Amino acid sequence: MKSQLSRRRFLQSSVMAAAAASVGRLEAAEEGTVELPFANGRRHLVAYPGKRPLIVLTSRPPQLETPFAVYNEGIITPNDAFFVRYHLSALPTRIDPAAFRLEVKGLVKTSLSLSLEELKKMETVEVTAVNQCSGNSRGFFNPRVNGGQLANGAMGNAVWRGVRVKDVLGRAGIAAGAKQVVCNGLDSGVLPATPDFIKALDVDHALDGEILIAWSMNGEDLPWLNGYPLRLVVPGYFGTYWIKHLNELNVVDETFGGFWMAAGYRVPDTPGGCVEPGTTPAKTVPISRFKIRSFLTSLTDGAAVRSGQSVTLRGIAFDSGAGLTEVQVSTDGGHSWQGAALGRDPGRYSFREWTLPWTPGKTGEARILCRAFNRIGETQPLEPLWNPAGYARNVVENTKVMITA
Amino acid sequence: MSRFTSILLSLGLGALASFAAVGSLVADPVPGPVPAPPAASAPAVPAAVSSGSGARELELPVEAGTYRPGEGGELAQAFCLTCHSADYCETQPPSGEKYWSATVKKMKEKFGAPLPDEVIAPLTRYLTAAYGRTAP
Repeated sequence: MKSQLSRRRFLQSSVMAAAAASVGRLEAAEEGTVELPFANGRRHLVAYPGKRPLIVLTSRPPQLETPFAVYNEGIITPNDAFFVRYHLSALPTRIDPAAFRLEVKGLVKTSLSLSLEELKKMETVEVTAVNQCSGNSRGFFNPRVNGGQLANGAMGNAVWRGVRVKDVLGRAGIAAGAKQVVCNGLDSGVLPATPDFIKALDVDHALDGEILIAWSMNGEDLPWLNGYPLRLVVPGYFGTYWIKHLNELNVVDETFGGFWMAAGYRVPDTPGGCVEPGTTPAKTVPISRFKIRSFLTSLTDGAAVRSGQSVTLRGIAFDSGAGLTEVQVSTDGGHSWQGAALGRDPGRYSFREWTLPWTPGKTGEARILCRAFNRIGETQPLEPLWNPAGYARNVVENTKVMITA
Repeated sequence: MSRFTSILLSLGLGALASFAAVGSLVADPVPGPVPAPPAASAPAVPAAVSSGSGARELELPVEAGTYRPGEGGELAQAFCLTCHSADYCETQPPSGEKYWSATVKKMKEKFGAPLPDEVIAPLTRYLTAAYGRTAP
């Protein structure tokens, strides 16, 4: 590739000779490259600790995307394929599980410093829930927006086990005047001046019994890069709230004003959270719940199918917990729609499989669309909605396949 | 010595200037990176290593890539790599001066990058030329 060649020339001809050795070492870890379907979409596949080779968006801090084919293998995303998203490069590199403590402080009657052992003695609960990055699918925005250029691989579904935030806060005792619970983890910026990645939950949300402090993912300890030893699980909410390496809950009497709440992760305060493409919203609010989505996973763009030979179309759907009611599929570019069969239901925050038998008709290109509906009447737009940060994409996906004789 | 290394030295940033000369030595928050093992069947790399005390440790692979060549590239090597890998720029959609200027400003004002005023303009010029709409 041209850019790689010019990079090589740069290495050989300039001040970067010392770096060449480390580039050589890196190549040993690479498992090839992929080309995501947008400009500047070339990515390396690299195996990080606890992970199979994943699509590297950025290597430091690690941002790793799940190859889309994984979603066709089942509705639970394996731990070693689950996406990774850090904001700041000083991630913890050494954790002693015996010495680790979760601090609960601020507007509480009794401050707590809980060991993993103590937490695991509390009532343990389990939820199957999707985690999705706010910027999942950002690379498909048009006009393009800057930020992490992800395809559709910054989402995953896992069985999370832990304790309720409600129970932990109950043990500490929330004091009068509490407004938000400020959640922090062990990762931070390299420079002291960089705003630490800290998020806040409204007290009512934190006490609703759905948010977990999880130590287990699909029956194993959390992978390091997914937040070992503890992370928040905030079902139905975008991943930005799912603080990794969680070690502090601080109850405060105000709306937390940290950078990642007051400036980052905000969406237009409009119905649908969107604005006219290319424009700036008058007012923004913190991003919150997922929008309903569905994907075809058994065929990808450019796949070939045989005319007259039946196949099973398969995919996944999810919403923010209202409850999926239907997935409709069109095999004629949106002219007609059919209801798909829904697979087992592991709970309202999980991926749900859908299937539909299809016998391709006359030869030529066919466009397959899918759209999900839920109990509160939400569905997906046929044309994409736009916002300046490139968050919460949920357009009806459109897969072009070729029907051959 | 390049013009920009001179700027760094004139700013009393000798340490950064020497980082500019050996890009891989730029402050890396994770000690002792090691490559993940090559494996045709691509099994997952073990999640963590246990040390004798029961503590677990993370070892990350060596990061990919460097900044693209171009006048002022030493500034990116010196200042930007302190906090993040070069692929943050490499993966952006084609973006012009407006974006790169706003990004340099954001890194200084919001993220606390210690960018001297003299560096803002040449760093913005470099990023726009190397990663702008006309870049390869």
